[in-house]
Amino acid sequence: MTQPLLRIEDLHVTFSTRRGLVEAVRGVTLSLDEGEMLGLVGESGSGKSVTGFATTRLLDAAGRVTAGRILFRGQDITKIPDDDFRMLHGAAISMIFQNPRAALNPIRAIGQQIADAIQCHKRMSKQQAARETLELLRAVQIRDPERRMAAYPHELSGGMCQRVMIAIAISCAPRLLIADEPTTGLDVTTQKVVMDLLARIAAERGMATILITHDLGLAARYCRRVVVMERGLLVEEAAPRALFCNPRHVYTKRLVAASPTATSRIEDLVTDEERSQYLAMLAACKPRPAPAPGTPLLLDVKNLAKRYDQGSPAVADFSMTMAAGESVGLVGESGSGKTTTSRMICRLIDPSEGAILFDGQSIGHLAARDFHRSPVRKEIQLVFQDPNDSLNPRFTAFDCIAHPLLRLAGMRSGDALRQRVEECAQRVGLPAELLPRFPHQLSGGQKARVGIARAIACRPRLLVLDEPTAALDVSVQAVVLQLLDRLRREDNLAFLFVSHDLNVVRMMCDHTIVLRNGCIVEQGESRAVFDNPKTAYTRELVEAVPHIETGLAAARI
Amino acid sequence: MTGATLRHTAWILRGNPLTAIAAAGVVLLILIAVFGPQIVPFDPIASNVSQALMPPSAAHLAGTDQLGRDTFSRLIVATRLDLVIAVSAVGISFVLGAVIGAFCGYSGGRLDRTVGRFVDVMMAFPLFVLAMAMVAALGNRVENIVIATAVINLPFYIRFARAEVNIRRNLGWVEAARASGESHISVVLRFLLPNVLPAMAVQMSLNLGWAILNAAGLSFIGLGVKPPTPEWGIMVAEGARFISTGRWWLVAFPGLALMLAVLCFNLLGDGMRDILDPRMRT
Repeated sequence: MTQPLLRIEDLHVTFSTRRGLVEAVRGVTLSLDEGEMLGLVGESGSGKSVTGFATTRLLDAAGRVTAGRILFRGQDITKIPDDDFRMLHGAAISMIFQNPRAALNPIRAIGQQIADAIQCHKRMSKQQAARETLELLRAVQIRDPERRMAAYPHELSGGMCQRVMIAIAISCAPRLLIADEPTTGLDVTTQKVVMDLLARIAAERGMATILITHDLGLAARYCRRVVVMERGLLVEEAAPRALFCNPRHVYTKRLVAASPTATSRIEDLVTDEERSQYLAMLAACKPRPAPAPGTPLLLDVKNLAKRYDQGSPAVADFSMTMAAGESVGLVGESGSGKTTTSRMICRLIDPSEGAILFDGQSIGHLAARDFHRSPVRKEIQLVFQDPNDSLNPRFTAFDCIAHPLLRLAGMRSGDALRQRVEECAQRVGLPAELLPRFPHQLSGGQKARVGIARAIACRPRLLVLDEPTAALDVSVQAVVLQLLDRLRREDNLAFLFVSHDLNVVRMMCDHTIVLRNGCIVEQGESRAVFDNPKTAYTRELVEAVPHIETGLAAARI
Repeated sequence: MTGATLRHTAWILRGNPLTAIAAAGVVLLILIAVFGPQIVPFDPIASNVSQALMPPSAAHLAGTDQLGRDTFSRLIVATRLDLVIAVSAVGISFVLGAVIGAFCGYSGGRLDRTVGRFVDVMMAFPLFVLAMAMVAALGNRVENIVIATAVINLPFYIRFARAEVNIRRNLGWVEAARASGESHISVVLRFLLPNVLPAMAVQMSLNLGWAILNAAGLSFIGLGVKPPTPEWGIMVAEGARFISTGRWWLVAFPGLALMLAVLCFNLLGDGMRDILDPRMRT
């Protein structure tokens, strides 16, 4: 038996924090062979990135490997002096980071940055380095590499930047590549291209890769072996198919259930016992009353457009209708204008053209600046993308939920307000004892709940959700999606659901609108749009989603 | 002040003894400013020529000046004036600067460009010369020293508030406040400003020390407070004439008082940021 390339034995990593020592990794053992691609999957706080950082010795100053060994080609790299380790960096072990824009130096041309990495480890002339850089840019399939060498990171798209990162990472032919969430934050189609590229390069060069990700589907699609981590422990290690078809550990079961697939329904996102509770709740809800004939549509948007000073319009000729209690998904890649559209409908920004009718009443002509005085303000509320920046850091959870009640419902501080806030908190499943806390004292899921409680506090009729779960772990996402679905049924709320996650939109929405470059590409019933896309673009989007099924299909080949 | 705030403050001070010392120094300065005139051993203005230019002794802790006035008493009494000038000048520039800067940062556009260029022009002047010119034009009274000091500080506050608000204006909670029915103006005043306050508190604290120096500097060159009013800057200016003859105490003690006051405010700055920012709490 040959020696594995990397073997981590009983690794413990401890961080010293204000509340004492915190064990981020508590005894992880895993090994990786030459040329293998291993998926390291877990939610935030599981210790997956810390394991990766420990292997590349990039832990922050507060973190320390307290026990265990990391053997790279049989040599314990936790014991190598820093100076010697620098020779390993890049040349033997290299890393790709999550946010390529932040990882690249913004004031150096990308060609120079790649050349820097090469010259760091190999003695060669400038011309030679430039030649190799060109080769690398070709290898990562950057079109027109001669011209792009002189480009700065801000001139390239996120996907391009990540390719440059890959080029830097592979520049000195490392044997081990650690990719920490390499495609998080990229659009699905870009994600597919970048991951395909990474997998091909790793295979061609026989490079071993650890893919650290929160996305089970992604790991399943590209890795032969997946390791699941939870709270610093390794809970399960298996081939993707076994992991998804027959998860053994409780946590893995929950994780697999919570990952939405093309066929899952909202009630499928939890494990069996919780599902029966949810179904009971659904049964208790009255079916949506059919609107009385003659009632106007809840939302009628006609030929909406937004133009900024220069260039093509951000949104052009956008029309849609929505009935009370209906949910409509707005999907598209970044730059497709979905956020601009949702902000116009929320009346936070002014449209350049077009009409917005809410309940038969024109609201598009009111200036966004004065819309806070309109009685319609409380009928249209928003749930924001990142729960971390959607709550005022100086407000407690109570203040956040009370704020719209004070401003829009005309309530005054006192017992009535307290009762109402507690009722809202209870509806979103937020324990009342968390109400006096500040946002930074709450977890991501709790913050998301506060954001939802704030949005429903005034009993709006239309809720605009801007990627409400994009920043959440899948298990939290599952709970939040169920919560939203329940609230929608209980209050007969209409949802405008803006998302790039097609699986989530498919579950949550009756209708779907696909946007591209500010124009509607396709719209219709969600099932029809996703199962039988009429346009090539929609088909491309649907196919790029790393479903677990397709992951398995790929693994079978 | 809730219990949590006090506990948090105590925690910060324990972890950062320098801040605690600086805070104690500032408290002492304030006490001296309030009670100084009641506790001094001698009248700070009455001259007594028979006791002129005496070195430090048990009776005159910091010696006496050319008119026989007790330097120690004058130092103590001067604290109030120096602090009042510094605090009111910094207060004025903070309030105006924060509000103007916050609106510029939030709205961008023409307002931002206009104010921005105006600030650039102001910052291009040597600030002390600008203050001198203002006091000379307006007449050297205490109010005018305050106004001059406030005006030359204003650009820093405008820029600071502008930058801090600008990076926050597109965050979710700002839009959420709008969706909850706040107008643009109240978003700036009630949401953004309180959030940039911790960072500005540091600036203020550093600036207080600087404002004291500025007031003393104006007095030193004869454009500030007029003698015989006790003021640290004037005391240094008057004492400077005697330093060549070995009467060091006339300059050393007011200089030391200035230095300690400036140092206390500067050291307090960093600690203040940690105390005021709720995110630093667990």
